[in-house]
Amino acid sequence: MDQGNAGSAPGTARRQVLKCMVWAGTGVLWTVSGGVPRSLRLGGEAFAATGGDFNFVQISDSHLGFNKDPNPDSSATLQQALAEIGRLPQRPAMVLHTGDVTHLSKPEQFDTAAQILKTANLDTHFVPGEHDVLVDDGKPFFERFGTAGSTGGWYSFDQGGVHFVGLVNVLNLRPGGLGYLGTPQIEWLEADLKGRSASTPIVVFSHMPMWSVYPEWGWGTDDAAQALSYLKRFGSVTVLNGHIHQVLQKVEGNVAFHTARSTSFPQATPGDPVGPGPWKVPADRLKSMLGIREITLVPGKDSLALVEQPLGA
Amino acid sequence: MVPRRRRAGVALALLLCAPLARAAAPGAVAIDNFSFGPASLTVAVGTRVTWTNHDDDPHTVVSAAATPVFKSAALDTDETYAFVFTEKGIYKYFCSIHPRMQGTVIVE
Repeated sequence: MDQGNAGSAPGTARRQVLKCMVWAGTGVLWTVSGGVPRSLRLGGEAFAATGGDFNFVQISDSHLGFNKDPNPDSSATLQQALAEIGRLPQRPAMVLHTGDVTHLSKPEQFDTAAQILKTANLDTHFVPGEHDVLVDDGKPFFERFGTAGSTGGWYSFDQGGVHFVGLVNVLNLRPGGLGYLGTPQIEWLEADLKGRSASTPIVVFSHMPMWSVYPEWGWGTDDAAQALSYLKRFGSVTVLNGHIHQVLQKVEGNVAFHTARSTSFPQATPGDPVGPGPWKVPADRLKSMLGIREITLVPGKDSLALVEQPLGA
Repeated sequence: MVPRRRRAGVALALLLCAPLARAAAPGAVAIDNFSFGPASLTVAVGTRVTWTNHDDDPHTVVSAAATPVFKSAALDTDETYAFVFTEKGIYKYFCSIHPRMQGTVIVE
């Protein structure tokens, strides 16, 4: 199924279209009618901020300390990702890091990450990945990258006319389950969103996908549906996730879900026989499968514009 | 002296046999490609069970009981965790990082 079919085939059940999007998984993004970004490939029609618009960047899955096939130096590729941010036509207002900053939650990995990220000289907001909370329920992570005043690690803030919500779905995972938010966090979210105007653009960011990308590999969040129920009344909701080291997209009503590339190593498409671990791609293909994402608030548009920027051709 | 090429061949043969050797060893659980093998292991009381992570991703071995009976730290590639089962019972466990990974130790 090609991109054109996905976007325009008359009579194609919406569910089927979404299913196809889930399974595309090649880094090619889809154009879908119904209020989502139109074209997301660099060099295509993608909208990139060039002056005056509010823009920010998502990076994810740096896995500092990972040094095996296919990436012997995850520090170097994170540095390259920051260099790509520096080359954007418009300097972003800030950076969201959607988790797995480190590979093994080791102090030296947190330190290296902090040192490298500092060189971007950009305000950066973090949520943890499961690799960041291997020790003491994430205490070392939250000490370095947590938000002051946050209990449980989740938080929200307003910037550029957008309400940002950072969620933690990698703690207290249950046997046989997926990502997990938990009742206290969901109740906090309900209260956080209460009273906000439905016209406020919302960006939710968390590590594990907030939709069931592929439960067999644990790619989803058990109790995401209840959290998302509080977001349905908003006209523009963008959910940014990491964890699966590839760009996938799904749309449900006014909610657009996007997973991001890693800055360290790719993972295979859902169900691929190679399994969910680091995908050992040839060295000359690695950079094309890593990347950053620029997100721009376009005046007059309900959806945010996303541009995927790979680290190499 | 064994020619280098033949020694390499022997080493390769050993490597190829390794998965079989792991599966046959009593009290051993291998972690390969995000799964515990064997998924269900039956041992006698007093057996020391050792888990070895062969993945490039870290995993844990955590008892699924309400009050965990055993809990490993994160195991990086080739790291091991061992627990001695001193009481009969059915012990379910999982990887707390990838909770879809589950296994059982049956102690008879």
